Amino acid sequence: MKIYGVGDSSLCVEFGPGIDPRVNQRAIDLAGQLERLNLPEILDIVPAYSSVTVYFNPLRINRMNLSSRLRETMNLRLEGAAGSARSHKVPVVYGGGFGPDLETVAEMNGISSDEVVRIHTGTRFRVYMLGFMPGFPYCGIVPEKIRAPRLSSPRTRISAGSVGIAGAQTGIYPMESPGGWRLIGRTPLTLFDPKENQDSMFRFAAGDSLEFYSISEEDFYGWTNRLEL
Amino acid sequence: MSALIEVLKPGMLTTIQDLGRSGFQKFGVSVSGAMDFFSHRVANRLVGNDERAATLECTLMGPALRFLSDATVAITGAALSPRLEGVEAPMWQSFEVKGGNVLSFGECHRGCRAYVAVRGGIDVPVVLASRSTHTRTHLGGLDGRSLQKGDIVSSFERGAYRSSSRFISLFSEKILASRTLRFILGPNDDHFGTASIEDFQRETYRVSTHSDRMGIRFEGKALTHCGSAEIVSDAVPFGTIQVPANGQPIVLAADRQTTGGYPKIGVVITADFPVLGQLRPGDKIRFHSISIEESLDILNSIEAAISTGYSEEDPAAEIDSL
Repeated sequence: MKIYGVGDSSLCVEFGPGIDPRVNQRAIDLAGQLERLNLPEILDIVPAYSSVTVYFNPLRINRMNLSSRLRETMNLRLEGAAGSARSHKVPVVYGGGFGPDLETVAEMNGISSDEVVRIHTGTRFRVYMLGFMPGFPYCGIVPEKIRAPRLSSPRTRISAGSVGIAGAQTGIYPMESPGGWRLIGRTPLTLFDPKENQDSMFRFAAGDSLEFYSISEEDFYGWTNRLEL
Repeated sequence: MSALIEVLKPGMLTTIQDLGRSGFQKFGVSVSGAMDFFSHRVANRLVGNDERAATLECTLMGPALRFLSDATVAITGAALSPRLEGVEAPMWQSFEVKGGNVLSFGECHRGCRAYVAVRGGIDVPVVLASRSTHTRTHLGGLDGRSLQKGDIVSSFERGAYRSSSRFISLFSEKILASRTLRFILGPNDDHFGTASIEDFQRETYRVSTHSDRMGIRFEGKALTHCGSAEIVSDAVPFGTIQVPANGQPIVLAADRQTTGGYPKIGVVITADFPVLGQLRPGDKIRFHSISIEESLDILNSIEAAISTGYSEEDPAAEIDSL
């Protein structure tokens, strides 16, 4: 573990290199503990794959003091830090217009489209972090047999709910956007609803687990599109 | 709440901004907020608002706004030739506008973004603790978008205010004139060779036309990575200087995504965010690395100017010690 500055108003606590569920959990736990402390000098707390970045007001707290505070917090190991993670089942229509890159992903890996779907639905993924846009879950780790690199030229428009693969990551676009991930399917679920209250606005949180299952096009259009938590 | 402004012309990009949407980055929600916090906060103070009140951020070509009732207004930031009923309007000081008056903008002489504060503050719904517009994800502001012709913008009602407050600190001048972005080196400076880090501070970089509220892109001598041009994604603060594989630095700004996967050669100091926010395509600048201590000294003097740099509050104050 190391703590270092990022500019004059943030500190980053890094728990290790690479993408690892245990390292990621430590980052999520620290972020949760810091939130509970609710320090007025801290402006935002951003957990990522293997780190937590703390944004602070440098005129209100000295960075050395904050750094010690972060170390103390880590040593506290507050009760109930873990255990808030949830499991989600995510319905997806795979292939066709819903997942225009499914066949390419299959071809790149020398397997059939059905096999890609079987592996994608048969893997329990972890939400390592949210980023890119509100509610976008970065999930891993994608089994090697269905990995595919990002498109060399990103699409200018991707439909909300599109499920993509980028290397060892899989994710879901919560809203229409440009993007470079290979799209293998689409979910009818709403991932981010700004009209909801803050507690139920986002479907996923870092640390959650997520399993995909295959549905038909008919199911997709008949889906009651609401945030089911 | 009352309807205050009718948008006759939206200008190039006019959005409602406050000091940003903190606290939800862990869900992937961008901070957004004023690109130049200094001008935004001073504009609010000039009309007696809380600094966190929402203002209009006007980019390069300002809007034309008809006031539907009397108001106290202040304009700060870029010199976009503001005119009230066709007559030059003052900047960096509050003034009275009568119902029916039209505030318009002309040529952009200096800087990139002007801020229009109205007494009471712009009234739009608070979304995730902020009124700031993030157009890419349609959050905040007026329906999550920039102003359009025909929009009606409301404000909170507040009593009358002295109309003669004037900002006299030289910082307003310095910010528009500065062609240096000071930064704190790292944290991924080990991804670059010593020569590249020297080049970065010796060469001149030009602001690209592809710059926007997400990031200011620079063109100049390419920097070389000595390792991978990717890192495991982590949080990217305002001012992060990230360098993708092509070696051309991008300084992330208000509308940036919450996380990024390119090495950070440095992070622009907080006190120079206003300078960054006022750069426009074609501007040539240099990057200069300083210490945290220096950066906090500069930040302290900027903060002092924001709170005391007014002719009314403390006429005797000497605020030229920059």
